[in-house]
Amino acid sequence: MMTKSDDQAGDLFDALPVVDEDATRRLHERLVAAAQRDGLLDLAYRTFNTPVGALLLAATEQGLVRIAYAREDHDAVLARLADAVSPRILQAPARLETAVRQLDEYFAGGRRTFDLPLDFRLSRGFRRAVLTHLPEIGYGSTESYAQVAAAAGSPKAVRAVGTACVTNPLPVVVPCHRVVRSDGSFGGYVGGEEAKRTLLTLEAA
Amino acid sequence: MKPFEQIVAEHGPMVLRVCRAVLGPAEADDAWSETFLAALKAYPELPADANVEAWLVTIAHRKAVDVTRARARRPVPVEELPDRVSSSGRPESWDGDLWDALAGLPDKQRATVAYHYLAGLPYREIADIVGGSTDAARRAAADGIRALRAVYPRNLEGAK
Repeated sequence: MMTKSDDQAGDLFDALPVVDEDATRRLHERLVAAAQRDGLLDLAYRTFNTPVGALLLAATEQGLVRIAYAREDHDAVLARLADAVSPRILQAPARLETAVRQLDEYFAGGRRTFDLPLDFRLSRGFRRAVLTHLPEIGYGSTESYAQVAAAAGSPKAVRAVGTACVTNPLPVVVPCHRVVRSDGSFGGYVGGEEAKRTLLTLEAA
Repeated sequence: MKPFEQIVAEHGPMVLRVCRAVLGPAEADDAWSETFLAALKAYPELPADANVEAWLVTIAHRKAVDVTRARARRPVPVEELPDRVSSSGRPESWDGDLWDALAGLPDKQRATVAYHYLAGLPYREIADIVGGSTDAARRAAADGIRALRAVYPRNLEGAK
């Protein structure tokens, strides 16, 4: 940035564009390709629009590691990923192409299960046990928090199941929205109650 | 630590201007790409209180030195290569006269001018990057600006 107070150079560099959009885009693509080639793209991310709002998708080389709702604040989510996984993060849509296509199909009503490599490194212990059970709850059906606790091996850990669901790093794909209260009411959801209603209504159609 | 994407977004344009000024538009893309790939690799080890601009310019400077050395080994002097792109119509094209003027400067003057006026670095940091004292860096930049003014008067006239 040219310092305004330093007028020695004056307008000497006016011919150099401060931001060159085309070059910036071209060089960014090239950086992503080189980073991928050299194994330096620890995290690739992109956002895309869905009936439940803009979703952030992030993937390691192992698989999809994070899906975030807009209400979680995408910038804050990326900052936490930088600390928890790696700061080598670039916006790189190519790695997320398959995930986006499957999510598009799901939201259009044409897909009932996801076939994606998942990276569960953000969850440990009992929470992880809960998350690995959730895909067994079929499309269109629901389970209560107590049922999930029992299935995950700790029938008394009903409250911990709630925590595992609300901290699910991969909502929608790992269907924590299919866990509801035993009285049939929705219960909390990482994407908000409205998003949970949208997903359950979609699956009931 | 910020996601590296944010480092690219915040500082990428500055590094591109510096690479263009130091190496000319033809070789700037390669230098920018190598700079940010090297930066991405080293980024997790960057100290939290590091000056990111100075860090990036330091890497870019090393890449520019590599390019300049490779250029010196080539049989054909670079001045005879078709480097001018001022009328190419491409969006990144810029004033070929300015590039000619910059290319005519001694390496140290061109580097100090770019790092101070385009990267906004203080002369103390520039001295660390190019070697020598802070005063020597300041003098090199002043000499560089004076030399540029002498051969590149067009903007001065345009500003009147």
